[in-house]
Amino acid sequence: MKDLWHSRPVRKLRRDKWALVCLSVIVAYALVALSVKLGIFASGYEERVGEKFTTPSLEDWRLWLGTDRQGRSIFVRAMYSAKIAFGVGFVSALIGVTVGALLGGIAGYYGKNVDNFIVWLYSTVQSIPNLLLLIALTYIAGKGLFGIYVAFCATFWVGPCRVVRGEVMKLKEAEYIQSARAMGYGNWKILIQHVLPNTMHVVLVYFALLFVGAIKSEVILSYLGLGVQGEPSWGIMIDQARAELINGFYWQIGAATFSMFGLVLCFNVFADALQDALDPKSV
Amino acid sequence: MRAFIIRRLLWGIPVVLGVTLITFVLFNFFAKDPVVAFLGKSATEQDLQALRVQFGLDRPHYIQYLDYLRQIVTLDFGRSWATSEPISEMMSRGLGPTLAITIPGLVATTLLAVSVGLLAGSLRGKAADRLLMALAVAGMSVSFLVYIVVGQYLLAFRVRFFQIYGYESGFDRWQYVALPIIVLVIVGMGYDSRFYRSVFVEEFTRDHVTTAVAKGAGSGRVMFRHVLKNALIPIITRVMISVPFLVTGSLLLESFFGIPGLGTMLLEALNTADFPVIKAYTVWISIVFIISTILNDVLYAVVDPRVRLE
Repeated sequence: MKDLWHSRPVRKLRRDKWALVCLSVIVAYALVALSVKLGIFASGYEERVGEKFTTPSLEDWRLWLGTDRQGRSIFVRAMYSAKIAFGVGFVSALIGVTVGALLGGIAGYYGKNVDNFIVWLYSTVQSIPNLLLLIALTYIAGKGLFGIYVAFCATFWVGPCRVVRGEVMKLKEAEYIQSARAMGYGNWKILIQHVLPNTMHVVLVYFALLFVGAIKSEVILSYLGLGVQGEPSWGIMIDQARAELINGFYWQIGAATFSMFGLVLCFNVFADALQDALDPKSV
Repeated sequence: MRAFIIRRLLWGIPVVLGVTLITFVLFNFFAKDPVVAFLGKSATEQDLQALRVQFGLDRPHYIQYLDYLRQIVTLDFGRSWATSEPISEMMSRGLGPTLAITIPGLVATTLLAVSVGLLAGSLRGKAADRLLMALAVAGMSVSFLVYIVVGQYLLAFRVRFFQIYGYESGFDRWQYVALPIIVLVIVGMGYDSRFYRSVFVEEFTRDHVTTAVAKGAGSGRVMFRHVLKNALIPIITRVMISVPFLVTGSLLLESFFGIPGLGTMLLEALNTADFPVIKAYTVWISIVFIISTILNDVLYAVVDPRVRLE
C-alpha cells in the first residue's frame, strides 16, 4: 500500500490539483449514492412535499430546487438518481473491463485459433449498431435495471478486449515472461499473475471511460422507456421536463442536467489525468 | 493490394454470418412472440397459428435461418410484417432523410473540429488552448438528450427559427433538418476537436517541423506543407470510422425530430416486432461497416507510402 502511494503514477496524480478536485467530487457523489442505497437519504422520492411547480425556496431543504408537476421534491429526485447512475456505471464498467481484459489477455497470449475466435466475436458484436443491440437486449432481458446490466455487459467488453489483446501481444515476448516460462510456470499463472497486471494502465482508463458511457447510455435508454422503472433517474427527469419547459418551468431539467454534468465532467477530467499519469512516456 | 482486399473481404464473411446468427437467435428465441404482438392477447389460438404460418414461423428453425441467409445473398429481404411493403423500398425511402442530416453533420463537424484542433494545437499551453479544451470537455459531459430538448425549446419553440417536428423534401427541408444537424455538430465537436488537437500537437513537435521553422519557413508554409499534410492520415481515418454512422442514422435525433429516416424505421420495427425489417437493417449496416473498415485500410496505404498492406 505504501509502495502504491509513492509510486510514480500516484505521485503524478497527487500533484495534479484538477485531478484531485475531480476525484473529491466523484467521492462526494459516491457518498450520496451510498447513503441513498442504505436508505439514510432521499428515500421520499415519491412523497408530495408541496404544490406542483413550486419555485425553489430555502425554508425546507426538500424545496431547494422546487417541485415537479406532482409536487415531488426535485432535489430529492436528483440526488436519488445518483444512486442509479453509480450503480449502473460501477457494475457495468467493472464487468466490462473484467470480461474484456480476460478475453483480450487470452486472445493475445494464446494466439492462433483462440485469438481468431475472440477477434471474430468482437468484430461481430462491433458490426451491429450499438443502440440496436442495446435496445434488442433490453427488450429481451426485460425493462429495468437488470436489462440494462445485461445490455451493457454484452457490449462494453469489446473496447478493453481489443486494447488489452494488443498490449498482451507486445508483452508476451518480454524477457521476464520468457524467464517465467523457463522456470516452468503454467501459462494460466503467467497470464494472470505476470501479464495482465501490466495492462492495468489501459484497463483503469477504460474503467473510467465505460463508467461515463454507462451513465450517458442509461439516460438515453430511460428516455426510450427501457431503463429504470418506478424510480427516478436523470434520463427520466429530463424526459418529464420536456413537457414542463413549454410552461416555462425549467428547474427539473436544470437539476437533472447539472447533477449529471458534474459527475460526467469530473470523470472525464479524471480519466484524462489518469491517462497522463499512467503513460510511461510522459514525465 | 488486391490480395489484401480479397483476404479482408473473405474475413468479412464469417463476421456477417456471426451478425446474422446473433440477430436470428436474439429475435427468434428470446424476443416476445411477434404473432402475439401483432394480434394482441385476446386472439384465438387458431388465428395465432394462421399468422404463424403466414409469417413462416411454423417452419423448423434451421430452415428459417437458411431462408435469412438466402435473403442476404439475393439481396431480397421480402416484405415488412407490419405494412406489407417491400423492405428494399422502405430502406431506399428512409435513406434520403437520414443522409440529409448525417452528411452535412459529418462535414460540418469535421471542418469545425479540425479548425479548432489546429488552433488549439498551435497555441498549445496558452490560455486560448486551455479555454477551448475546457469547453470541449464540458461539451462532452452534457447529455445528448439535453442538447435535443434545449435546442428544440430555444431555437424552435421560443425563437421560431426552425420547425420542431416533421420533414419535407425539396427546398423547405432546411427548416426541419437544420436543428438536428446543429445538435449533431455540437455533440460531435467535443470529442473530435480534442482528438484533432492531439494529432496536431504531435505533428507540431516533430523534428522536421522544428527544422523548417528554424530555417525560417513562414508559418503558413509550415502549417500547410509540413503539418496539415501529415495530419491528413489520422483525419481520414477518423472520418472513415464515422462513415457507417452516416447510414445507421441517429435513432434519437430522428425520433425526436420526426425525421422519417432509417433510424425511425428501425425504432418502429423494434416497437412492432417487425422481424424482417430488423434483420434486413442489421445485415445491411454490418456489411457497410465491414466495407468501410477495409476501405479505411486501403486509403491509409494510398495516403501514407510507409504503410504496406500484407
